[in-house]
Amino acid sequence: MITQNSNEEPSYLDYKGKYKGIFGWILSTDHKRIGLLYLFSIMSFFVIGATIGLLMKFELIAPGKTIITAQTYNAFFTLHGIIMIFAVVIPGLPAVFGNFLLPIMIGAKDVAFPRLNLLSWYFYVTGVTLVLISQFTGQGPPDTGWTFYAPYSFRTTGNMLPAVFGAFVLGFSSILTGLNFLVTIHRLRAPGMTWLKMPLFPWTLYATGWVQLLATPIIGITLLMIAAERVLHIGFFDPTLGGDPLLYQHLFWTYSHPAVYIMILPAMGAISEIIPTFCHKTIFGYNFIVASSIAIAFVGYFIWGHHMFTSGMSGTALYTFSLLTFIVAIPSAIKVFNWISTMHKASIDLQTPFYWAVGFLFVFMIGGFSGLVLGSLATDIHLHNTHFVVAHFHFIVFGGTGYAFFGAMHYWYPKITGKMYDSRWANIGLIIFFTGFITLYGAMFFLGMKGMPRRYYDYDEIFHTGNIISSLGAMVMYFGLAVIIINLVASLKNGRKAPSDPWGGKTLEWTIPSPPPVENFNEIPVITKGPYNYK
Amino acid sequence: MYSTTGIEASNYVSTYNTAFYFIAGVSLLLLFGLTIAMLYFVFRYNKKRNPVATQIEGNTILEITWTIIPVLLALFMFHLGWAGWKPTTKPPKDAMNITVIARMWSFLFVYENGKQSPDLIVPLNTPVKVNLVSLDVIHSLFIPEFRIKSDIVPGRQKFMWFMPEMEGKYKIFCAEYCGLQHSYMHSTVNVMSQEKFKVWFAESAKPIAVAGNAPGAVGEAIMRAQGCFACHTPDGTKLIGPSYLNLFGSQQVVIRDSKEVTVTVDPEYVKRSILDPNADITKGFPSNLMQSYRSTLSDDDILKIIEYLKTLNDK
Repeated sequence: MITQNSNEEPSYLDYKGKYKGIFGWILSTDHKRIGLLYLFSIMSFFVIGATIGLLMKFELIAPGKTIITAQTYNAFFTLHGIIMIFAVVIPGLPAVFGNFLLPIMIGAKDVAFPRLNLLSWYFYVTGVTLVLISQFTGQGPPDTGWTFYAPYSFRTTGNMLPAVFGAFVLGFSSILTGLNFLVTIHRLRAPGMTWLKMPLFPWTLYATGWVQLLATPIIGITLLMIAAERVLHIGFFDPTLGGDPLLYQHLFWTYSHPAVYIMILPAMGAISEIIPTFCHKTIFGYNFIVASSIAIAFVGYFIWGHHMFTSGMSGTALYTFSLLTFIVAIPSAIKVFNWISTMHKASIDLQTPFYWAVGFLFVFMIGGFSGLVLGSLATDIHLHNTHFVVAHFHFIVFGGTGYAFFGAMHYWYPKITGKMYDSRWANIGLIIFFTGFITLYGAMFFLGMKGMPRRYYDYDEIFHTGNIISSLGAMVMYFGLAVIIINLVASLKNGRKAPSDPWGGKTLEWTIPSPPPVENFNEIPVITKGPYNYK
Repeated sequence: MYSTTGIEASNYVSTYNTAFYFIAGVSLLLLFGLTIAMLYFVFRYNKKRNPVATQIEGNTILEITWTIIPVLLALFMFHLGWAGWKPTTKPPKDAMNITVIARMWSFLFVYENGKQSPDLIVPLNTPVKVNLVSLDVIHSLFIPEFRIKSDIVPGRQKFMWFMPEMEGKYKIFCAEYCGLQHSYMHSTVNVMSQEKFKVWFAESAKPIAVAGNAPGAVGEAIMRAQGCFACHTPDGTKLIGPSYLNLFGSQQVVIRDSKEVTVTVDPEYVKRSILDPNADITKGFPSNLMQSYRSTLSDDDILKIIEYLKTLNDK
C-alpha cells in the first residue's frame, strides 16, 4: 500500500520497482517512463535525420558533385524522409507528451491499458528497425524516396515487402496508442471533468486517436496487395502485370495524408496549453477550438488526392479534392485567430515556451498560406514536385510540429525532469534556430517558383543563388538545434530544482510535484471548473 | 522574382499569374496583419505593462465572422485555380500532335511525319498536343516557363497541350523522381516562328539531321537523340550501364538465364542488346533498367550505331 502522504511517495524517476537499471525502464508500464522511452528514441532518430538533411544541403551548395555521389544523395533523401516521417513526427507529440501528460491532465493514474502501452513502444522500435534493415539488405542502397512510388520502387530493390511490413508494424504501434488514448479519455477522466471541461491537449489527442485508429489500417490492406503482387503476380500496381501505378498512390496517400493530421493536431494541442498559461488568461473561444480539431480530423480523410493533381486523375476528382483542400484550411485558420485573440488584454510572461508558441504561429501561418497556393489547381500544376512543395511541408511539419514539440519540451521540461533549464541559452538557441529555419526553407519557396524540381542531386546554374542561401540557412539552423539540445541535456545536471508550478499553469499537471510521483495523484481530484480558470 | 524571365511564354502564364498573385497577395496581407497584431499584443499586454489580465471567454459574433470571411476567400481562390486549370483538359481539335517517349533518363519527341528529336521543337502560336508515353517508370514533363506539368505514367494514355506564345528556348525538366540520373533527365523546348518550323519539319525525313561526315557521326547523333549516353559513356567512365570504350569486338561475360556466358560483341550482339536488352546483362550491372528500343530504332539506325561504336576502339 502506498503511503497517503504525497511528500513521501517517491517520484517516478526514483521509484524502485521489480526490475533494476535499464529493465526498470524497458519493462515499465508507467505511462511516464514509456513517454521518456519514446522521447529518447525519437530524439535519437531526429538527430540522425537532421544530420542527413544537413549533408544533403552541403551537397546542394553548388551544382555538380560537391561531397557525395548521386547514388548516395538519393539514398540520403530517402532515409531522411523515412526516418523523419515514420520514426519522428508521426509518433512525435502523442507518443512522448501524450503518454506522459494525458493521464495526468485528465486526473488519472495511468492510461487505460498500461501493458498495451508498453507493447506499442516495442512495436515502434521493431517497425523502425524493420524499415531500416529493409533499406540496407536489398540489391543496393535505398533510393526510392519515402513515398515508395510504383513502379520505380518495384524495379530497383527487392525490398518493398519488408519496408511496407515495417510500416505496417509501426502502424500497429500507432493504432494501439490511439486506441489506448481513446479509451483512457472516455473512461478515466476525473469526476466532474465533463467533455467541455477537458484541457485542449487531451482534446487534440482524442481527435488524433480516431485518425490513428481509422486511417492506419489502410497500410495493412496495401501490404496485402503488395504481397499478392510480388508473390502471386496479381497485377495491382505494376503496369507490366496489368496493374495501375496510380492505385498505389491513392492507397499510399489515403493513409499518409491523414497522417499529416496525426502530426499536426497534437502540436496544435500543445500550443493551446502554452498560450493561456503564459498569458495568464483563459483561452479565447474554447468551444470553437475543440470543434475545429474535430473538423480537421474529419475532413482530413477526404483530401489525399491533392498530392496527385498532375498524376492523371479525372477532372471531377481533381476539383473535388481541390475544393475540400481549401475547406480543411478553415478550421486551422479559426484556431490561429483564437490563439492570437487570447493574447489580447492578457498579462504575458515572456518565457521560452511562449517564444516557441509565437514562432510556431508565424511559421505555421506561412506553411498554411503556401498550402493554399498548392491546393489551387492552376498554380499546383506548375509548383507540384518542385522545391516549393518541400518548403511548404517543412514549414508545416517541421515548423508546425517541430516548433510545437520544442515548445512542449521547454514547457513541460520542469514537470518531466524536476529541473529548470537555463532560459538564456534556450532563447539564444531558439533565435539562431529560427533565423536558420527561415533562411533554409524560405529560399526553397523561390527555387520552387523558378521551377527547380525536388529530389534533384544536380541543378541548372539558374538555381545556384537560392541553393547557396538555403544551404547557409541549414548550417545556422543545425547550430541552433545543437545549442537547444545541449542546453536541455546540460540542465539535467546543472538546473535548479523545479517547483510544482513554475509557470502559473492551471491544468492538473501543475497541481502535483515535479517530477510527478509514481501514481500521479494521491487522491483523484474532483473537477468543478474549466481547464484555464484564472479568475 | 518567381519567373526566370518574366515573360508570357505560353497560354497558361496569365491565368497562373492571376491565381498565384491573388492567393499569394491575400496570404501575405493576412500574414503581415496577423503577425503585427500578435507582436503588438505581446508588446502591449506584456506582464510589465499589463499586470492583470482581463478574462475573456470568447465572442460568438467574432467567431462567425472569421469563419465566413475565410470561407468566401477560399471559395474564390478555389475558383481562380479551377478556372486556370480547366483549359488544360481541352486541347483544340487542330492541335499539332507530338508524342514524347520518356524512359530512364531521356525524353524523345516523335512527330507525325516520323521525325524524331531529343528537343521539343514547336511553332509559335500553334496549339501543340503532346501524347505522353513512358516505357519504364513514372516520369513528369515539366516546362516551368509554360507553367505546365504532367506525369507520364506507364500503361496510361495521357496528354498535355499548350500554346507557345513567345519565341525562344526554355528548359524541360523531369519532375517525378525516376532513379539515379533523375536530375540529368532534362531537355529544351525550342519555339520557332512558323516559317522556320516548316523548314525544320520538312528538312529531312531521316530521324536526325546530322552535321558533319566524320565516320560514325550519324550513329553518334542517333544515340544522343535516344539518350543512350545517360547510362553509357564513350570514354570508359562507369555509369549504370557499361561504357562503349573498346567495347565493340571485345569478349564480355554476361548473365543469361541466371548463368554466366562469355560472348563476343559482334553486330548480332549489339542488335540484341538494343532490341532485347534484358536477355544478356553484362556481369556486374543491374538488370531490368533498360527497355527495348524496338519502337524508335530501325535496322539501318542500328548499323549506323555499330559504325560509331567501331570508332571508339583504340587504334
